[in-house]
Amino acid sequence: MAVVTEMVKEMQGFNLHIVKTSKYKTNTIVWKMKAPLEREAVTERALLPHVLQSSSASHPTTAKLRSYLDNLYGASLFVDVAKKGEYQVISFSIEIANEKFLSDHTPLLEKAFELLSNIILKPNAANGTFDKDTVEKEKRTLKQRIQAVFDDKMRYSNFRLVQEMCEGEPYALPINGEIEAVDNITEKSLFEYYKQALSEDELDLFVIGDVEEAEVQKIASSLFSFQPRTPKQTTRSAVKKIDGAKEIKEQQDIKQGKLNIGYRTNTIYGDSDYSALQVFNGIFGGFSHSKLFHNVREKASLAYYAASRLESHKGLLMVMSGIEFKNYELAVKIINEQMEAMKAGDFTDNEIEQTKAVIENQILETIDTARGMVELLYHNVVAENKISIDDWLQGMRAATKEDIVKAAEKVELDTVYFLTGLEAGE
Amino acid sequence: MEKISFDQLQEELFYEKMDNGLDVYILPKKGFNKTYATFTTKYGSIDNHFNPPGKEDFVKVPDGIAHFLEHKLFEKEDGDVFQQFSRQGASANAFTSFTRTAYLFSSTSNVDKNLITLIDFVQDPYFTEKTVEKEKGIIGQEITMYDDNPDWRLYFGLIQNMYQHHPVKIDIAGTIDSIAAINKDMLYECYNTFYHPSNMLLFIVGPVDADQMMTMVRDNQSKKEYAAKSDIERRFEEEPTGVAETKQVMKMNVQTSKCLVGIKAPNTQLSGNEMLKTELSTNVMLDILFGKSSDNYTKLYGEGLIDETFSYDYTLEQGFGFAVLGGDTGEPDKLADQLKQMLFEGKEGKAFTEERLEQAKKKKIGAFMRAVNSPEYIANQFTRYTFNDMNLFDVVPTLENITLENVRDIAEQLISEDRLTVCQVVPKQS
Repeated sequence: MAVVTEMVKEMQGFNLHIVKTSKYKTNTIVWKMKAPLEREAVTERALLPHVLQSSSASHPTTAKLRSYLDNLYGASLFVDVAKKGEYQVISFSIEIANEKFLSDHTPLLEKAFELLSNIILKPNAANGTFDKDTVEKEKRTLKQRIQAVFDDKMRYSNFRLVQEMCEGEPYALPINGEIEAVDNITEKSLFEYYKQALSEDELDLFVIGDVEEAEVQKIASSLFSFQPRTPKQTTRSAVKKIDGAKEIKEQQDIKQGKLNIGYRTNTIYGDSDYSALQVFNGIFGGFSHSKLFHNVREKASLAYYAASRLESHKGLLMVMSGIEFKNYELAVKIINEQMEAMKAGDFTDNEIEQTKAVIENQILETIDTARGMVELLYHNVVAENKISIDDWLQGMRAATKEDIVKAAEKVELDTVYFLTGLEAGE
Repeated sequence: MEKISFDQLQEELFYEKMDNGLDVYILPKKGFNKTYATFTTKYGSIDNHFNPPGKEDFVKVPDGIAHFLEHKLFEKEDGDVFQQFSRQGASANAFTSFTRTAYLFSSTSNVDKNLITLIDFVQDPYFTEKTVEKEKGIIGQEITMYDDNPDWRLYFGLIQNMYQHHPVKIDIAGTIDSIAAINKDMLYECYNTFYHPSNMLLFIVGPVDADQMMTMVRDNQSKKEYAAKSDIERRFEEEPTGVAETKQVMKMNVQTSKCLVGIKAPNTQLSGNEMLKTELSTNVMLDILFGKSSDNYTKLYGEGLIDETFSYDYTLEQGFGFAVLGGDTGEPDKLADQLKQMLFEGKEGKAFTEERLEQAKKKKIGAFMRAVNSPEYIANQFTRYTFNDMNLFDVVPTLENITLENVRDIAEQLISEDRLTVCQVVPKQS
């Protein structure tokens, strides 16, 4: 039996994805809008979903909208803006109780759909402009959101690494936009952008829960209908030629140094050697049995965390660790040694098997949550692929040591970033 | 083995107390891939003054030792248990809170093996001076990581403002100095006091056969020898009802200020239904006063005093409790004043209407439905509830029975000038 059965149907201007399952006590609806990351639009795109979710024509204040959600048995509504490779993806998610488990059996799913369509299609706007007050409030919150990255040093050092290593590429753009661009946005310019996004973005609707496919299709087609479009594509980022790795050190008044190292994997989601790269990352730094955890933390006692993760659609590998300032050279040396060991094939069959088992476990666990399932299925939309989760798992299991070493050989060091203290002990 | 059914939620729970006193609960979940199990002792950072079994005197142990012990249980003579779990396709973890230490795994294959690994590693300590010393570097980095985290500092600063003696004010991981004093004998002493099966609870949730699992656990436990259960004696100093400090301002390397208002709970010697009702009524009260649909939230957001980081929360355990509200703000003093004023206005009761109460109850019931989709939530919360003689599955019926009078009484008891305190983080320069 397949681990996930996804039904995909082409609708008017969008794709509908349904996964019917009875394991949850709620139903989840996610609306996704995808467009290339571009400097001109990044800030408006970061602001837009927050303006839309704060009120609508039918519920023109946040308090009214939130009261309505509370009365729908605390339906949760939230928005998110994320980078998927060089795309900026907006998500609207609603999760609502399945009335089957309530003492009150009023049907809730259709109400959740109506609310979602009101938020997306009938905003609190008139004469081609959004409500001014709403936009001003959300602009203020967006500025605070942009600024918040400076106060969380783990996020900040990761943000700085990406900024340095992807300088000049769209991927370097901050996901919440640029603070200087916020003030220039008006309720009119944002409304124009909103119209443009609805007519040009690639649109996907996901529905996960104990639902009837025919009923969902009927509701979705009655509420959402758009002009057909050919979604804008980004070109696969040309392989960046690395001319010696960059080393960046920055000083701040902090107690723990943050070491972030970026590599180019030269392999992205959808490539035939992508599953070998995943296994590579698992052996190298993805888990608590990996080389980084074992050597940086358990053996050398240098850190509490030392891990790596992949940015699958962009082809990046990122290592992160928190260390004492004086241990910088030693930590970098140990991490480099682990990378060299990977390239030299210095890992056992046991490590490969262990890693595959844990990756499989991780994927199966992810699809136990509705949101995890949506994120996993959405990879195919971003990569324009049709690999089922089952096929993907099979490919991963089949990766050989030779495949893993080949994937490792393609990995190139790009930038070493260290956020250190003011009196950096070197 | 006992079976307990929850008809409205369509769940069945299986329970058995082992001969050695261990409580075991199993909740089968069809359709899920993952099995999640927690093995928890009722022992956390606050349990630092106690009478070890067979000793005459009470001992006081260094701050952070419960958390240190949690780290060290993973290391065995032949390597660390993480390796074994991952060979069996599982991911393992642990956490220490004020009142509990939990060890857990999740896996979609080899569930039997992983469960036995979990039980056996927790029940077989291996501490040496060498491995204890090595861990000090790792935990030291965990402590410095939190030192740089303004939200963590703010939260603990607020608790320190509230409590004069109670060990809830101690940082869970301790300090670099306090953990320096820890040695292997102290770890064994804590272990022998708090890891007796009669002080522990095993919870398993996932696509499992309850009968078969229970038999496996029973067989495993019957092979191990334990001394007869003895009551654990803990000692806490008398804690005054008022706060220790009314305000604290911390200067940190941040760009945005943060402000929390805390209220120290007046009555914390509660358990069972009384505790559940107090906890839920307090949460409903806070929702009515500060939820996104409230007038207070609308005003604060509209004036730009709060942003999306604004939150409120209530914590209640035997011996301590507090409400916390606040978040990032451009004007920390103004926000503190407004929140305090709103609390006292709230206490007058005008916002407590039937309509708002019904709305808040519905919201909480829906939130509970979302939460029980999560095996993690069920296992961790069920354990916490059981340690306090409450039942997680009583949440919805108890919520349905909350009246306006309950909410008014809670506000009346909780909100009082001598139990309020403010903690702020502000940018260093300027």
